[in-house]
Amino acid sequence: MNGTPLLELRGTSKSFGSVHALTDVDFEVRAGEVMALVGDNGAGKSTLIKCVAGIHGYDSGEILFDGKPVSIHGPKDAARLGIEVVYQDLALADNLDVVQNMYLGREERDWLFRLNEPLMEQRTAETLRSLAVTTIRSIRQPVASLSGGQRQSVAVAKAVQWNSRLVILDEPTAALGVAQTRQVLDLVKRLASNGLAVVLISHNLQDIFEVGNRITVLRLGSDVGVYERDKTTQEEIVRAITAGVPTKAEVSETVPELAT
Amino acid sequence: MSLDVDVDVAAPGVALPEGEEAAERAGPLRRAIDNFKSGNLGVLPVAVGLLGIVVYFSFTAANFFSAANFNNVIVQMAGTTMLAYGVVFVLLLGEIDLSIGYLSGIAALSVAEFQLAGSSHDYPGIIAIALAILIVAAIGAAQGSIVALVGVPSFVVTLAGLLIWQGVILHVLELRGVIIIEDSLVNDLANYFFSNTAGWIIAAVISGGYLAIVLGGVLGRRRAGVAVGRPVLSVAKVLGVAAASLGVVAICNRDRGLPLAGLLVVVFLVALTFLAKRTPFGRHVYAVGGSAEAARRAGISVTRVRILVFMISGIMCGVGGVILAARLNSVDLNVGGGTLLLDAISAAVIGGTSLFGGRGEVRSALLGSLVIATIANGLNTGGYSTGTIYVVTGVILLLAVTLDTIARRLQARSGR
Repeated sequence: MNGTPLLELRGTSKSFGSVHALTDVDFEVRAGEVMALVGDNGAGKSTLIKCVAGIHGYDSGEILFDGKPVSIHGPKDAARLGIEVVYQDLALADNLDVVQNMYLGREERDWLFRLNEPLMEQRTAETLRSLAVTTIRSIRQPVASLSGGQRQSVAVAKAVQWNSRLVILDEPTAALGVAQTRQVLDLVKRLASNGLAVVLISHNLQDIFEVGNRITVLRLGSDVGVYERDKTTQEEIVRAITAGVPTKAEVSETVPELAT
Repeated sequence: MSLDVDVDVAAPGVALPEGEEAAERAGPLRRAIDNFKSGNLGVLPVAVGLLGIVVYFSFTAANFFSAANFNNVIVQMAGTTMLAYGVVFVLLLGEIDLSIGYLSGIAALSVAEFQLAGSSHDYPGIIAIALAILIVAAIGAAQGSIVALVGVPSFVVTLAGLLIWQGVILHVLELRGVIIIEDSLVNDLANYFFSNTAGWIIAAVISGGYLAIVLGGVLGRRRAGVAVGRPVLSVAKVLGVAAASLGVVAICNRDRGLPLAGLLVVVFLVALTFLAKRTPFGRHVYAVGGSAEAARRAGISVTRVRILVFMISGIMCGVGGVILAARLNSVDLNVGGGTLLLDAISAAVIGGTSLFGGRGEVRSALLGSLVIATIANGLNTGGYSTGTIYVVTGVILLLAVTLDTIARRLQARSGR
């Protein structure tokens, strides 16, 4: 887990016309850690994620994956690197069942070009089991009949089953109740302990302090800094989100102590 | 290292995966409840309704329950059923195609034109049929492109299509009145009846084929080590299909024999069900209908799916139009008009395909068609007026859509 970050953004800038959505932002996440990304509305969290996911390009800056510079020009590039995004409004089709959703757009076929249902069902069961998602009664039930937490779990499982190495979760607990939030947060931790790099976007500081190893704060399109969960407080983060102190230089001195 | 400790401690309440996913697979009842909750009513309501209708007319309409009339119903409904098959795909997307009536008229007109004896384009029947289907497939794809690429609502595009193609038919036939179809192959589509022996063989092939498919499915699942459904259920399905196909042939053979049109209905049922349920394309149709955004994010070309579906609708208009023309041995000014459009859409909806997209089966078109054709035929033979037929069909359509809407509301409630 030590060493080079799995994903590293250096000096990323992006503007939409005259609006500077991102200005010289540095960001990194390592394999096996949960990096929380916080900031007020309009701080640039979504823009940053969309740059990484290839939804839109970036104007300047550098993206390093596995220490090597890469260019991400579209969602396919991101997928090829093993970057998967679980969006806020779950990207699941309600009328399809769990297996069908897990393989949507990447269906397995047999030698007759038929859908290979047994194979997909078997692998779906394996994936869910490996993530300890056990509350789903049948993987052949339509997603519409699942609870919010179960749906989120399926969305996450869908993202990780393609040998992905970096999973970005956009507000995964925003619409969930207490027990279901619990379910999803446990899942997030399990992803990291399975060796994946996880980026978690959330407004809920309690969640972030529970599962995040480090916290990157964005404010008005710039990064305020990176905080280590164990060495900071919620008050400090709130201050960073709203007021933007302390400066980047001050914080960076406390950073590189994560893995010892 | 703090991370791992965290994970172990902080996973309370989540049981480790001891129970096999397979073992938790629910029984048929559980599954039926799940389906109902998620808005899939299945074929039960319409199958029960159909049975009731048949029993009712058997007692009230004198000539209804006869082998000859049974064959009549099959041939009468064959064309409409083809159109309804196409409608199912369009409805699965959550779109509508109002042009199907006159599109089938265009196909009928084309097939009649291309076999016209004594003209410069007196082609053999098979080529005339192929050309007719090709033309309406292209029209369907064109209409679909306007919907998918430009974003004009399908209601408007196909409403315009309805007017345009009706106009074309009027324009062509206004002066000529009627085109007689003399080609024997074309006419056979609605007028050929298999010999008794051929009928039995076809029934046996259908039963055997279905048995092979079910067995193949069970073996495939067993090999992959995933749960196999209840054997009782599979056996019941195979026996049901065998009984139905043999029964139909038995009745048909008391009259003229199994009509070719009936076989075509079954062939397209199987082929289109395969397309919808067993191919990635079919899966994508359901996905786009359920959530276009989810489909797009999954890397599916929503545009392509939409265009292809409208093309399928066009192709089925072609097949249906040719059969309808063959039944009359001619094409006249009324081709593609009347209640054809509404019958085809009603058939799909009555059979259980949702107007809201994402839910439905190809077989629902056949079931709905059977309901509509049986009612029309029964009321006809019972001496009721056309008005009565419309009223009864309308009430049943309303009933079907109401059921669908209630199912949809249940779905919204059961989620989250």
